[in-house]
Amino acid sequence: MAQPVSSFLEPIGELQQRIRELEKEQTSAETAQALEAARRELRETIDRIFAHLTPWQTCQLARHPERPYTLDYIHGMMTEFTELHGDRRFADDPAIVAGFALFDGDPIAVIGHQKGRSTAEKVRRNFAMPRPEGYRKALRIMKMAARFSLPIVTFIDTPGAYPGIDAEERGQAEAIATNLLEMARLPVPIVCVITGEGGSGGALALGVGDRILMLEHAIYSVISPEGCAAILWKDQSRAEQAAEALRLTARDLKHLGIVDEVLEEPAGGAQMDPPAMAATLADALRHHFKQLRRLKTEALISKRYKKFRTMGKYLER
Amino acid sequence: MKPEANVREGLWIKCEACKEILYHKEVTNNALVCPRCDHHFRMTAAQRLELLFDEGQYKTLFRPIRSVDPLGFVDTKAYPDRLKAYTRRVGPGDALIVGQGNIEGEPAIIAAMEYAFMGGSMGSVVGEKMARAIERCLARKLPLISVACSGGARMQEGVLSLMQMAKISAGLARMREKGLPYISVLTDPTTGGVTASFAMLGDINIAEPGALIGFAGPRVIEQTIRQKLPEGFQRSEFLLEHGMLDMVVHRRDLKAAIARCLTYFR
Repeated sequence: MAQPVSSFLEPIGELQQRIRELEKEQTSAETAQALEAARRELRETIDRIFAHLTPWQTCQLARHPERPYTLDYIHGMMTEFTELHGDRRFADDPAIVAGFALFDGDPIAVIGHQKGRSTAEKVRRNFAMPRPEGYRKALRIMKMAARFSLPIVTFIDTPGAYPGIDAEERGQAEAIATNLLEMARLPVPIVCVITGEGGSGGALALGVGDRILMLEHAIYSVISPEGCAAILWKDQSRAEQAAEALRLTARDLKHLGIVDEVLEEPAGGAQMDPPAMAATLADALRHHFKQLRRLKTEALISKRYKKFRTMGKYLER
Repeated sequence: MKPEANVREGLWIKCEACKEILYHKEVTNNALVCPRCDHHFRMTAAQRLELLFDEGQYKTLFRPIRSVDPLGFVDTKAYPDRLKAYTRRVGPGDALIVGQGNIEGEPAIIAAMEYAFMGGSMGSVVGEKMARAIERCLARKLPLISVACSGGARMQEGVLSLMQMAKISAGLARMREKGLPYISVLTDPTTGGVTASFAMLGDINIAEPGALIGFAGPRVIEQTIRQKLPEGFQRSEFLLEHGMLDMVVHRRDLKAAIARCLTYFR
């Protein structure tokens, strides 16, 4: 089933479609030539569109329905994944997946927001908007990783923590706050990767670590552009303007000292070549875990504290 | 004690809860609580520190820290212009005043939020002052009390505001390790990133009666679920019932409650 795509990506989609059709045709010198021309045009079209992406277009890419999600990355770069369920308090939250896997043959804890592909799965996973039990499950797995001295990787891709009655009743704020506090002191290396939408506190609750990596077209923000526009402009249609003002792109956040490394995406975005994206991400994880493994636990925790301690800009006079 | 924003100055004021017309002095002499219906009027940060410290005496800490405009943020107004306007109207403390003094004879640090300064929103300055308050408590082995009153993270500083949640929570983790007590007082309103960080992390969480406390604001929840919220939802008493608070305490008893709790952990 074709998914709706933002209009600025339509020329790319049309060219891909034409290429697929040409590929199906019988090989002749003529179709080979047409195919090559179409592929060249695709590369040029991508280059043209991606040379001047606006922050709002980046938001559309970060939310692209075909973008790889946490389970795609896990299966794309790890083996022997076992998903673990439940917070042992109330329920299992399918908006977050968590478990253990082998990465280059070594065990690792992996946790991430999980969006759905089909409508039914989207609903079941609540569009990756976790409830408190999701964050508590995540913390349970992270503490287990600490107990067994295993590194932790988190994949962040959520519009935000779920704003619902039940979530409030069960302490959404407390669940997020507790993760922030506990993650700050976990005695094992933590690498956090913003793969898609980094939606406010709901993202940060999996986002306290020794390295913060961000995919090139991911976003990370204190509030959604739509929410910001509704509050500050009293007009949700100003989301495009809000997206610019919020400085939510990977490049902006690298510049602000929040993000350690921006990971380049395949031409046209991660959804164009998920295996290539997973490979880039795997390389980056190898590199950072190798560095972090060298640190003694005390140094690891004190560096992590300093990392967040120095975030923020102010004047002292 | 002068009532803040929602109490107009003058001889008479109207209680926003019971609509009673009240003699101004009657309210101010009652710690800004309506003598008819017990509605708790909002206090300024300075009033809060006066209320909680012995003889209303304290030393203000970290005064020279000021907000800047790291994003070049402009909505209907430029952020630096907003800052100037609020500083002129409310004072130079941004949305948090930190004081050191005594509570029933024992030294402590209190960090009180100032709602009148951009809705008590938490940006880099609030985060930095909280982090320094925590570090001072660690260095001098002092207990920390925070009084939350905030709409959440400050949008005008983007993700830098979000990171203050992590920065403060990391500091509180260190206080826990060192066995230093932290009491969180939640007042009307406490929502968003402030609730989802230090306000919910007290060794003891105390709220004033009837305060709105939550992660998502009621309007956002209503828009999401497309139905009216039940009466009393996200109020202090609701949170107490759901296990998020240790107690709901009337303002006249607040100082005594804090002091008593601190005696257990000395």
